[in-house]
Amino acid sequence: MKEWLTRLTAAFGPAGREEEVRDLLRQELSRLGETDVVVDDLGNLIVSRGKGEDKRIMVAAHMDGVGFMVTSIEENGFLRFAPIGGIQVHSLPGTRLKFSRGINGVIGQEKIKEQKALDFSKLFIDIAAAGREEAEEKVQIGDTAVFAAPLVQERERFIAGTMDNRAGCAVLLETIRRLPADLPQPVTFVFTVQEEVGLRGAQVVAYRIRPHFGLAVDVTRTGDTPEPQFKTAVSLGKGPTVKLKDNSVICHPRITALMRRVADAQAIPYQLEVLEQGGTDAGAIHLSREGVPTGALSIPCRYIHTPGEMVDGNDMENSVSLLLALLQTAW
Amino acid sequence: MFLRELSELPGVSGNEGRVRDFIREKLSAWGIRHDCDALGNLYAYKGDGATGAALNLMLAAHMDEVGLMVSAIEKSGHLRFYKVGGIDEQFLVSCPVYVGNAGIPGVIGAKAVHLQKKEERGKPLEVDNLYIDIGAKDKDDAAKVIKVGDYVSFAARAATFADTFKGKALDNRAGCAALLEILQRDFPGSFTAVFTVQEEIGSRGARAAAYRLNPRMALVVETTIAADLPDVEEKDQVTLLGKGPAFTLQDDSLIVHPRILERLMAVAQGKGIPCQFRRFTGSFTDGGSISQTREGVPTGVISTPCRYLHGPASLLCLDDWRNLVEVVDGFIDSVMAKGL
Repeated sequence: MKEWLTRLTAAFGPAGREEEVRDLLRQELSRLGETDVVVDDLGNLIVSRGKGEDKRIMVAAHMDGVGFMVTSIEENGFLRFAPIGGIQVHSLPGTRLKFSRGINGVIGQEKIKEQKALDFSKLFIDIAAAGREEAEEKVQIGDTAVFAAPLVQERERFIAGTMDNRAGCAVLLETIRRLPADLPQPVTFVFTVQEEVGLRGAQVVAYRIRPHFGLAVDVTRTGDTPEPQFKTAVSLGKGPTVKLKDNSVICHPRITALMRRVADAQAIPYQLEVLEQGGTDAGAIHLSREGVPTGALSIPCRYIHTPGEMVDGNDMENSVSLLLALLQTAW
Repeated sequence: MFLRELSELPGVSGNEGRVRDFIREKLSAWGIRHDCDALGNLYAYKGDGATGAALNLMLAAHMDEVGLMVSAIEKSGHLRFYKVGGIDEQFLVSCPVYVGNAGIPGVIGAKAVHLQKKEERGKPLEVDNLYIDIGAKDKDDAAKVIKVGDYVSFAARAATFADTFKGKALDNRAGCAALLEILQRDFPGSFTAVFTVQEEIGSRGARAAAYRLNPRMALVVETTIAADLPDVEEKDQVTLLGKGPAFTLQDDSLIVHPRILERLMAVAQGKGIPCQFRRFTGSFTDGGSISQTREGVPTGVISTPCRYLHGPASLLCLDDWRNLVEVVDGFIDSVMAKGL
């Protein structure tokens, strides 16, 4: 899984431009011998196991991450940009970025009277271009960039700028690898697009699949750092979470009960998650068509939507264990 | 071109009947099959319905405009109002309007500047400080011709000067006019042009229309902000008048499907038509709700740049509009020839 995580976090994939992540996943799925793999019109990657429409479970992890889009190129060669997804502006000055075409850049900041006045219009990207002409040779309006923050490891913890949600993608891929052919009910795994801009991929793919149950696999915030910005009881390294609620979904009690029962029975560590801000693909899945009982499993992650997103390898391993046990249980 | 007629028709969100009737009349005259749904979206079915049916291309332009609605009649006969859609109150004072289906003329009033207290001056007026004056003597007099719930639309007359066009509701009668122009031309296959309702209050009509048509791809024909004004920095100008139709990259509701964006750019380049990007990622259009329908619809947005959008009168460059029509024409031909 570590090798997959390294490659997945290195892949370029802001919301709306998930091609590189999708291609990597497709290649690995093909290597794993998965045969029922399709891509829909918006780019969701759909992997089905088991036939029949009975009690199909949809398990979703989004491929996209937050990013930046160039909105104008100035005379002096600096780029103006807009965020893709929810990025806190105060964390940005000095941040290194990479563009789809391999160009490197760094975010600079105009002089401001007080720090509170900082907003995106006061920031620019410097790609070391001498002027507009040179900049336009490297980058066009509409080009996208992501944090240039490849994976590093400290003890059993991993840090990368794209952990949300390549950690979820790696967990899903590893689950698929280890999942036996015989299952109590069919499962469709979906690597979704455009979660960070409003759960857009999950919404349309849930309509297509018509699942009976939904399960989102994503990262979640932790509250285990000094004076945490977000209040939550979740800690790094204490196991995957069984999500109870966030801003997008109140998880179905039958599914949260099932998740807890299975985890208890298998002695897999887990934590209960109530997230006051943020949402996940579960929010779109559970409102599809006539409604879908949906839950979510989260990998605890510090410093979400920054270049320093940190997860714990044991949490990822335990996430795989819980998913494997869940999918081999009759729902 | 029917831009003048379309611009002058009232059609505030939820009250698009006059615009719909005008377009319907044209479609009937041209022998184009059309119908309406329960929300009032108007569908024009171009072609025989068989060739190109697999493509199921949806074009969309919204008929509605921003405006006001009467919320109460004061004892004095002055009308209080709500806003319908995104309107900046600063632009409302002294603005001539038409009230209700009978089109009663009125003017938006506020306390005269002489009577304003020192601290009131220089502050932008809010809806609560404004009223519509139709010259009624008192409440009873006003109630003879007005009722609460009546729609109010801007009263600007359309005009052309040089190669520009001035009028109200160019957002999005310019798009409606473009679709009417397209519908008069010949294409090798079939597609559906939808004139949608209630875009300005949250893209409500398009959501239902896309569900009904279940298209394989969609192109939204819109107007967008041109902020090419002396006191706006270049980076904040969004689009420039006269530099061609604008392609949306992303907004709050949609990341434009890359293959549609590439095709639009290729078509413009192939025809030698100038075009520009919408250099702004806020706001929304029907593109967002269409792309999120059912199993997902690859969707693009092309716009005529327009100054003073959502104001009592806006202004566009006719050459941009003509070029938009040519790009839309080329896009239809292109996807019919080789898919997306």
